[in-house]
Parts: sequence; structure tokens; C-alpha cells
Amino acid sequence: MAERAALEELVKLQGERVRGLKQQKASAELIEEEVGKLLKLKAQLGPDESKQKFVLKTPKETLTGKYGEDSKLIYDLKDQGGELLSLRYDLTVPFARYLAMNKLTNIKRYHIAKVYRRDNPAMTRGRYREFYQCDFDIAGNFDPMIPDAECLKIMCEILSSLQIGDFLVKVNDRRILDGMFAICGVSDSKFRTICSSVDKLDKVSWEEVKNEMVGEKGLAPEVADRIGDYVQQHGGVSLVEQLLQDPKLSQNKQALEGLGDLKLLFEYLTLFGIDDKISFDLSLARGLDYYTGVIYEAVLLQTPAQAGEEPLGVGSVAAGGRYDGLVGMFDPKGRKVPCVGLSIGVERIFSIVEQRLEALEEKVRTTETQVLVASAQKKLLEERLKLVSELWDAGIKAELLYKKNPKLLNQLQYCEEAGIPLVAIIGEQELKDGVIKLRSVTSREEVNVRREDLVEEIKRRTGQPLRIC
Amino acid sequence: MAERAALEELVKLQGERVRGLKQQKASAELIEEEVGKLLKLKAQLGPDESKQKFVLKTPKGTRDYSPRQMAVREKVFDVIIRCFKRHGAEVIDTPVFELKETLTGKYGEDSKLIYDLKDQGGELLSLRYDLTVPFARYLAMNKLTNIKRYHIAKVYRRDNPAMTRGRYREFYQCDFDIAGNFDPMIPDAECLKIMCEILSSLQIGDFLVKVNDRRILDGMFAICGVSDSKFRTICSSVDKLDKVSWEEVKNEAVLLQTPAQAGEEPLGVGSVAAGGRYDGLVGMFDPKGRKVPCVGLSIGVERIFSIVEQRLEALEEKVRTTETQVLVASAQKKLLEERLKLVSELWDAGIKAELLYKKNPKLLNQLQYCEEAGIPLVAIIGEQELKDGVIKLRSVTSREEVNVRREDLKTGQNRDFNFYYGYFIDYYWQKWPDTTPFSYKALGA
Repeated sequence: MAERAALEELVKLQGERVRGLKQQKASAELIEEEVGKLLKLKAQLGPDESKQKFVLKTPKETLTGKYGEDSKLIYDLKDQGGELLSLRYDLTVPFARYLAMNKLTNIKRYHIAKVYRRDNPAMTRGRYREFYQCDFDIAGNFDPMIPDAECLKIMCEILSSLQIGDFLVKVNDRRILDGMFAICGVSDSKFRTICSSVDKLDKVSWEEVKNEMVGEKGLAPEVADRIGDYVQQHGGVSLVEQLLQDPKLSQNKQALEGLGDLKLLFEYLTLFGIDDKISFDLSLARGLDYYTGVIYEAVLLQTPAQAGEEPLGVGSVAAGGRYDGLVGMFDPKGRKVPCVGLSIGVERIFSIVEQRLEALEEKVRTTETQVLVASAQKKLLEERLKLVSELWDAGIKAELLYKKNPKLLNQLQYCEEAGIPLVAIIGEQELKDGVIKLRSVTSREEVNVRREDLVEEIKRRTGQPLRIC
Repeated sequence: MAERAALEELVKLQGERVRGLKQQKASAELIEEEVGKLLKLKAQLGPDESKQKFVLKTPKGTRDYSPRQMAVREKVFDVIIRCFKRHGAEVIDTPVFELKETLTGKYGEDSKLIYDLKDQGGELLSLRYDLTVPFARYLAMNKLTNIKRYHIAKVYRRDNPAMTRGRYREFYQCDFDIAGNFDPMIPDAECLKIMCEILSSLQIGDFLVKVNDRRILDGMFAICGVSDSKFRTICSSVDKLDKVSWEEVKNEAVLLQTPAQAGEEPLGVGSVAAGGRYDGLVGMFDPKGRKVPCVGLSIGVERIFSIVEQRLEALEEKVRTTETQVLVASAQKKLLEERLKLVSELWDAGIKAELLYKKNPKLLNQLQYCEEAGIPLVAIIGEQELKDGVIKLRSVTSREEVNVRREDLKTGQNRDFNFYYGYFIDYYWQKWPDTTPFSYKALGA
């Protein structure tokens, strides 16, 4: 007993030690060593159901190669003697696997589902470990920039329809970034880390970014300055044309390709009527490693009224880009299937919409019930059951209280709380007269409706088409 | 090299040994011992990324849903959800994993089929095995005393697919439950009404709902002389489909086999929905053991998917995987700009439209694309028509064509244009009624 309590205490302390090391981002080996000790302690504690006595270091799946550093955030399933499994980290890699597996060369598909990441919620506020992703992708070999333009059109349509405020879509191109860093003098090995510094420009000042690049990442100051000349620029198609004339940048083949594609993209976006929402932004250097061409990110524009608010409402609400090399990594013959797509940040949008509803004190209905079937006196349950069944059979959304003899007041109160707009009241007198009393919950107006006309009357009032849906 | 090959062979043999023991239902300790040996061997094999052959498959017992399967699934869910909403149900969602301790002790013998997550130093987690236990946990956690809710989500069971043919390890459950203290049998009756409405609307054939009561079974076995200890096993014999311990009422909906199907594979026959009353579950979670009576039902959607898919195949019905109403096409070259402008106007008017991602597609290819995808209309832009200010609207099936004026076309902001275009497309839709997006013929409509 005491021994067990002591062991449990040791397990708890070791668990805290492990968490502490992870927070401090201690070396991977040290963390692994301490996790090993923790698991040994737990094993000593004695298994209830899990009888596993040792840790299997699962060989990292090919999944790992796709996520780089983030692969430590993948949830693994316990090895129970069968295949080694992990929970999906995003929807893009499963998509690439699906394409390769079915040998598809083109498809336009959306996928809305939950994904799983062992983020440390303390470090990344508001981040969940299980959350929705909402992806749309066009895979296939097509004429340049047409599907890319459609992705941006879709992004704009969605963000407009959601009515969560004004937004801007920042656009850049991986090849332009590559070329730009090359002519500024950034070595290949520093590419990724400089990208992540530059990407912070939307949140912090250039001075801070430069300090990080020079001070922390060992970039030469003059290189940083050259980068600064470019990345602080943003604009429309005129900026694209200006850069195409840039003496240094135009010497770089990659940058030229990227600029050429962006020019074409802007032409199409103008035809789609969304060019006013798009900004070519050289500081956009976001995301995962697999983008190969155009990249984009949509941000909400903070209104003056919200200036003092918690910045949760500001930030990226959608993003995407072109990734031509991913499917080839899965295909046994390395066959490439070019892809371009977007992901809507629905979790953030849920927060924003919820915040707005609260601010507007909007009541959110959780059901769609149109009419409550109620009784005015006792011993009318049979009549209520018959009537509600008729309404259901006619496709009307109806409810009744699960009480034999409910009070009318309680039934009306139920409607008010649930937001049900109509009550169909059965009363002894009305039954004799062959009518039902139809009452509006909000206005309290009542009218007697003949039983045979009730369905039509309810449908008329609720704007429902007369045929059964 | 040779050593590695030998190890790989040992791993393979040991894996087969383990599978064999599981099939024979050998003792748990023996299986555990052999699994332990297998894991040791695998550990010795060590990680070897460079030589690891990448196998392109979904995990055993799981599948991707293709667009065609999704179309069936969407329609089936649509029918079911409409019914739940018609009865005033709210909807909830819960995480795919629960704390391991939440699921412990709730599933009896079936506990060994639970997927556990690896211990990575945090909470011990398991994938949910059904939606009922999470529901009970939700009620207890939020101290709810009544709710009418539905929940449609995937659940996870480490079944051995070889033993239970057609069974997946990841599959949809579709639950509806009424929790709360109410006057007797009213919510129970509504559950059965819902079950019948759903099965009728799905039009998958005649069905029958079998009803019984746990208390009647208890009483019956008692007076027949069955000892308490033999209760469960006798029940099992009496009804092979008994898997869960519904405490009081158990009912089950069964599809009736039509005479024509009598000779077929019995996959189309069997339980498609089940449910009952379970008053004690929430009390298991509540710290004070407060009971919340519950009654509910579960629709066997996976079986229904199969049935609908089989019917569509048998009837050779084409299933559309998109809802596109019109393809914007060009009759000659150098009309991409015009196509992009027009498709954008249609989208802004809420019309479901597409265009081919080619600068200069051949008209024939564009028409063929429509036939394959089941798109009913083509809006053809041609040089002459552009000069005349019209678009040629063509029915893909009947091949009739008509010229439509474009003169009131603005950049999608003109309300009249939007109305006109929307109305026009709808009008032509009605004129050519064989162009509904998803054929209900297979569903008997």
C-alpha cells in the first residue's frame, strides 16, 4: 500500500519532469530518456488492462517525412500486435495517399474532417488537439493558373458569405521567395529559418524581424537589409510588373517563373472580380514545406471599433497554395500529380461567429421545431399523439411534451425557451368543433384552424413548400 | 543483410503465430506472451527508413470513401437527419478519443476490442467504441437531466475482419437518444416512430420492428428455471444479435427479405437499426450516482450504405458525384477570358457552374465532360454569339439549343440579371426533368 503510494508519487513527479523538459524544449534525447524512465515507473505500478512492459520505438512512418519538425506532434496508436497506426495530422497527406493509391490523375474535391495534433495548449493559446480542417483541392495537369485562380475565387466567396468582416488575401510565390533570398545572399541551409522570421512581419516590425535574423540566426546584416528592401513591399499587379523589371530579381530564373505566373493569376482574378481583395505580399513565407508555387493567406481586417479587443478575431482565416511534389512522394513510380488547394480555418471562424452572436445577444436556436402540439386540459394525450404524428407524416417539424397532463403554461414556456414559433393547442371545446387553436408564440395571436386545414396553414406560415420534403 | 532477412522472416512467422492464436481464441496470457515476443523481435529489427517499403493502403478494417460512396452517404444522412430534426432533436459532438478510464468497464468482454493510444507521457486515451458511453459521460459531466439529441460519427473497434465478414474497424454510428424523467413510454414510442419513419423514407424495402423487454425475459427465464448465472449465455443463444446489455427494453428493426431476393447473399437482410431503454448508464458516471433514464436508437448506416449501393449497381443507376448545373464552354479558341467572366457571374448568382481548366478546349471534349459528370446544361460562348450579345444554352441530354440574351449582363451585381439567369436556368431545368442531380429511382422514388 505505502509502496504503491510512493510509486504513484514518483510517477507523478517524473511526469512533471517530462512536461517541464518539453516546455523548455530540451534535447530530444534527454526527453526520450526521461519518458523512458516514466514509462518504466508506470509499468512497475502494475498494469490494469495495459500489460505492455516495454516501450517500442516506432520507426517513424513516411508521415514523418512530410511534417518535418511537427512530426513529434503526431498521435500514435498503441502497438497492439497489428499494423502501426497514427491519427491523421492534416487532410493533405491523406489526400495525396488517396490519389496515389487510386492512381488518380485529376480530381476536384473537398474534405471536412477532424485532425489530431499533440500541441501543447499552454504554448499555443486557444489551440485544440482535435479540430476541424476544411480543405478544397484541385489535382491534375492543367493550363497554368486557372485552377489556382478558382481557389482564390472560392476563398473570397466563402469569406464574403460568412459575413465576418472585411478581409484581405495575401499572395506570394515560393519561387519568388527562393529567388529573392538567393540574390540577397541567403544560403540554402538558412532558407527555412529565414522564411519563418520574414513571415512574422505581419505581427511585428521590420526592426524586430531583422534583429532576429541577424542576432539569433546569424544572418549578415547587409543580407538582412537587402531582404528588407523586398519583403516590406506589397501591392497589386503593378508590383509584379515592377519586380519583373528589377535588375537583380529578373536575372533569377525561379523568381521570373513565379512573377510570370503571378501576373497571369492577377489577370484571371480581375476577370473573376476579386482583384481588389488580393495583395501581392513579399513577406508571406508561411507554412509547411510542400508548397512549390503560389501561396496565399486570407486575413481579417480589424475594424477601428475592434481596435481595443482581444486579437483573437484578427489573423489568418484561410490559407493555401500549390504543391506539385507531394503525390509523387507516395507514388511507387514517383509519378507527379500537380495540386493546388486551400484550407478554411473553421475553428477560428466558429470563435468569431460565436463572439458576434454573443455581442449581438442573438439567440441561437438548437432545434428547428416549427410547432409544439399542446393540450389545454387534462386527458388529451391521445389527441396530442395523434396530431403530432399527422404533422410528422406531413413533413412538419413538431414536438410534444412527454407528459400525460402537462400544464398549458409549461408548454408555452417550453416554446419560448426553445424558440418554437407556433403552438397547436388541442382543447375539449375545439375538439367538438373540429378545430385546432393555432397560436403564435411571439405575438400571442390565436386563430382557430379546421383540423383538415392545419397542415397547410402551418406550412404557409413557416414558408415551407407544400410538397413533402 | 542476411541477418536482417532472417529477422524479418522471424517477425513474419511470429506475426502469423499471433494471428493464429487469436483466431483459435487461445488464452489471453498465451496471446500476450506471444505478442510480447513479436514486439521484441520488431524492436530488434530496428527502424530502417531507407529500406522500408512504403505500402500504399488504408489501415486494416478501414476504407476511404470515394466520391460515389460519399454521394450515397450524403443522401442517406440527409434522410436520417431530416427525420431527427423533424422530431426536435439537438445535435452534439464529442472527441474521437476519451480518457481510457471513461471506457473501462463499460463493454464487458468487448473491452479487448478497444483501440488504445500510445502512452506518450500524457493522459491515457482510447478511441471511442460507441456513442452511448460518450453520451452518458457528457450528460454526467454537464449535469444534464434531460436532452433529446442525435449524434452521427465514426466509432472504432479492433474487430478481426476475417471472423466477422464485412465488418469494419472504423464505421459510422447514428444514434438518437432521449434522456430524462418523463411519463412512461411516450419517448419510447417516439423512438420507434422515428425508426419507422427513417426506414420508410430510405425506401430500402419492407421492414419489421421486433420488440421485447428485459424484464419479460428475466421473468420468463426465471419461471422456466434458468439460473441467474446462465442468463446471459441463454440470452445469447436465444438471440445471437445480443451484444449490449440494454436493461429494460430491447427492440430491433429487421429487413424482410423479398421473395425475389430469397436466393441472394444474406448481406441485404438483417438488422438495420436497434435500440432500447438504459436507465443505469449515466449513474455510472455521475459522482453521486444520480440516475438519468435514457431511451434511444441506433441506425445501422453502414449496412444501409451497402444496401443502397447494391441497389444502384443492380439498377445500373448513374450516381452523380457533383451538383453542377451548367458547364461554361467555348466554341472556338481564344475565348478563355470570356469563359472566366461568365462562370464568375454565374457563381456570383449562386448557380453551380464549372469550366474546363484549358485555355483552348475542344467543344467536343467539353460536351463529353458534361456527359460523364452528368452536367445537364452547357452555356456555349462563340464568336458570332458574342457579336450578337447572346449565349447559346444547350441541353446535354436532348441536345436542344437556344440563344439567351446577355445584354443586361453586368459584373454580377445586377439583381435583375441574377434573377433572370437563375430563373432561366431553373426553367430549363424543369423543361428537361431527366437532369436531377441524384437519381432517386434506385431508392424507389
